[in-house]
Amino acid sequence: MKRVQFSHSPIPYLFIAPQIIIICIFFLWPAAQAIYQSFLLEDAFGLSSQFVWFKNYKDTILTDAWLQSAGFTLVFSFLVTFLSLALAMLLAVKANEVIQGARTYKTLLMWAYAIAPPVAGLMGNLMFNPLIGDLYYFLNAMGWDFNHKLDSFDAGFVVILIAVWKQVSVNFIFFLSGLQSIPKSVLEAATIDCKSNLRRFWTMTFPLLAPTTFFLVVINITYAFFETFGIIDTTTGGAPGGSTSTLVYKVFTDGFRGNDLGGSSAQSVVLMLMVLALTVIQFRFIERKVHY
Amino acid sequence: MAEVKLTNVNKVYSNGAHAVRGVNMEIADGEFIVFVGPSGCGKSTLLRMVAGLETVTEGDLFIDENRINDVSPAERNVAMVFQNYALYPHMTVRGNMSYGLKNRGDSKEEIEQKVIAAAKTLHIEDFLDRQPNQLSGGQRQRVAMGRAIVRNPKVFLFDEPLSNLDAKLRVQMRIEIKKLQRKMGVTSIYVTHDQTEAMTLADRLAVINNGQIEQMGKPIELYKDPKTLFVASFIGSPQVNLLLVQYDGKFLKSGSLEIGGFEGLPIAEELVLGLRPEHLRIDDQGKLTMKIDLVEQHGADNLIYGSLEGAKNEDGDDLELCLRLNQDQEPSIGDTIKLSYDHSNALVFNKETGNRLI
Repeated sequence: MKRVQFSHSPIPYLFIAPQIIIICIFFLWPAAQAIYQSFLLEDAFGLSSQFVWFKNYKDTILTDAWLQSAGFTLVFSFLVTFLSLALAMLLAVKANEVIQGARTYKTLLMWAYAIAPPVAGLMGNLMFNPLIGDLYYFLNAMGWDFNHKLDSFDAGFVVILIAVWKQVSVNFIFFLSGLQSIPKSVLEAATIDCKSNLRRFWTMTFPLLAPTTFFLVVINITYAFFETFGIIDTTTGGAPGGSTSTLVYKVFTDGFRGNDLGGSSAQSVVLMLMVLALTVIQFRFIERKVHY
Repeated sequence: MAEVKLTNVNKVYSNGAHAVRGVNMEIADGEFIVFVGPSGCGKSTLLRMVAGLETVTEGDLFIDENRINDVSPAERNVAMVFQNYALYPHMTVRGNMSYGLKNRGDSKEEIEQKVIAAAKTLHIEDFLDRQPNQLSGGQRQRVAMGRAIVRNPKVFLFDEPLSNLDAKLRVQMRIEIKKLQRKMGVTSIYVTHDQTEAMTLADRLAVINNGQIEQMGKPIELYKDPKTLFVASFIGSPQVNLLLVQYDGKFLKSGSLEIGGFEGLPIAEELVLGLRPEHLRIDDQGKLTMKIDLVEQHGADNLIYGSLEGAKNEDGDDLELCLRLNQDQEPSIGDTIKLSYDHSNALVFNKETGNRLI
C-alpha cells in the first residue's frame, strides 16, 4: 500500500493562530508572570524586589485568614451551585408542563440572564441597604435581626441569594432545552409503566437530564469561584471582617488593596492548582456516571 | 383477557380540532383489532385515549365493565408499543423490561423470572445487559415488545410499531406479532396506515376517516363488500380503478364509453364505478379497450398500467387503469388489449355521498 502523503501547508496553522495568540497573551503569559511573582518579595513602593523562594506561600497559604476564605469559598460554591441548579431544575420542569402562556412564562424566567453580575450586586446592595433597603426593613419587620454589614451569616446570606438569583436563569435555559430534547414517547412509555409523578421524575427525567446537569455543575462551580467577584465587590466587599471574601476576592484585596503582590500571586497560583484538581475530579469521576 | 368498549367517544383539542367524532366500538376478549386510515384521521388519537395518554373530551371508555376515563395510564393495565420504540435510553434491556414491574411492586425473583421468560419468547435473552443504543432496529423492536408482554397486560396497544423497520423485517415481525398475540390471547388494538399490515393482522378492521369509523368488519368483508367509496379505495393494493360515470337507464356512460348490464341505478346522477385490478381480465370479446403504458413485473404477477379508451376518472381526466395478470401473461408496452370483467364484482357508488349503491 502506498503511504498517503499530505503536503504541509502553513494555512492550517494560520487558522488556529488567533486562538493560540489569545491563549498565550491572556492565559499563559499572565500565569507565568504570577508564578514568577509568587517567588518575589517587593518593597511597599514597588521599587525593588528580592527572590525569596517559597516564603510568600508560607506567609499567606494556610494562615487563619486564608483558611477562613477557603472555607467560605467551599460553602459558598457548594450552596450557590446546588441551590441555583435545584431551583432552575424545578422551574424548568414546571415551565415545561405549562401550556397556556408558556412563552411569556419562559421569557420572564430567562430575564435575569441579561444582567451583569456587578449590576445584580448593586441591586442587591440597594435592596438590603440599612438606610433605604426594602428587603432590609422587611426582614427586620419579620423578626430577623438582620444586618449584613455587621453579621457574617447575614452577609453570606445576601451574597448567596444574589449569586443564586443571577445564575438560576442561565441554568433554567439549559435545563429547559435539555427537557425538550427528551423524546416525548419515552416519557409517555414511562407514564404507562409508572404511576407516581415523583418517582417518574427521579427514575426517568432526572437521569435523562444528567448530561445537562453535569455540564451545568462545571459551569456553576466556575461561576461561583470566579464570576461572583462582581457581586461580592458591589454588595459586601468581603466584609464584615473578610467573612464573605472568596479566594478570588482575597487575591484581589491582598494584591491591589494590600499591595502584597508576592503573596497575592502565591494565592492565585494555589487557586489555579485547586481549580485544575477540581476539573480533573469532575471529568474523571462524575462524567463516568453520566449517560449521554 | 379483557373486553374493551368505547361509547360515543369524542376528542376535541384545545385549538378546536375535532380529532375523534362519536366512535362506538365493542372489542371482544382476545380479539385483534386494527385501526387503519390516512394520516391525521384520528386513529392514533383514539389509541392514545385508550392508553390514557390523551384525555377523553366526551364519551366513555370501558375495560371489562370498568369505566377507565379517569384511571391513570399505569393503572389501566395496558401495554403500549410505540412507533420509535420509546426505549429508556439510560437503562439496559433488562432495566427496560423490569421498570414497569418494579414500579408495580413485584418481588425481585418474580421480576427476574418474568423478564427471562419474555426474553426467551422473543429471542433476546443474549441482549439483556446491553443498552438500547447497542441494538439494531429489529432488536429494539423486540425489546419494546418484551417490555409490553412482560407486564401481562389486559390490552396490548400498538402504535405503528413496524413502520421504522425495513421491508423484510417488517413482514417477519408482523408474522411474529400475530403468532404471539394468538398464543397469549390478549385483546389487542393496532394502529397502522399500511393496508397490507391491516389486512393480514386484523381479526376485525376499522377503517377510520375524518375521526369517524367508516366501516368495521373482517378484512375480507371490507375488501369484498365496502360500504363507502373511501373504504373501497383504501382497502386493496393496487388501488381499485374508479370510473366517473352517469346512468341513463340502460348504460353507465363515461365519456364515449358505454357499459351495460346495470339496473336500478339513479338516473343522471354522478356515480363512480369501481373495478379492482384483479377482477379485470384480457378477453378479445371484452368491451373495454386499454392502451398499455407500463408493465410492472412483481414476480408472481404482473401489473399492467394504461389508459382506458373513452373513459374519465373522478377528476374528469383520461382514466388510468391498472390490471393484475398472472406472470405468464405479459403484454408489451404500446399494445392495445380488450378487457372484460365479472359483473358481480363491480362496485357502484354515489359520487356525492360516497355511499355504495351496488
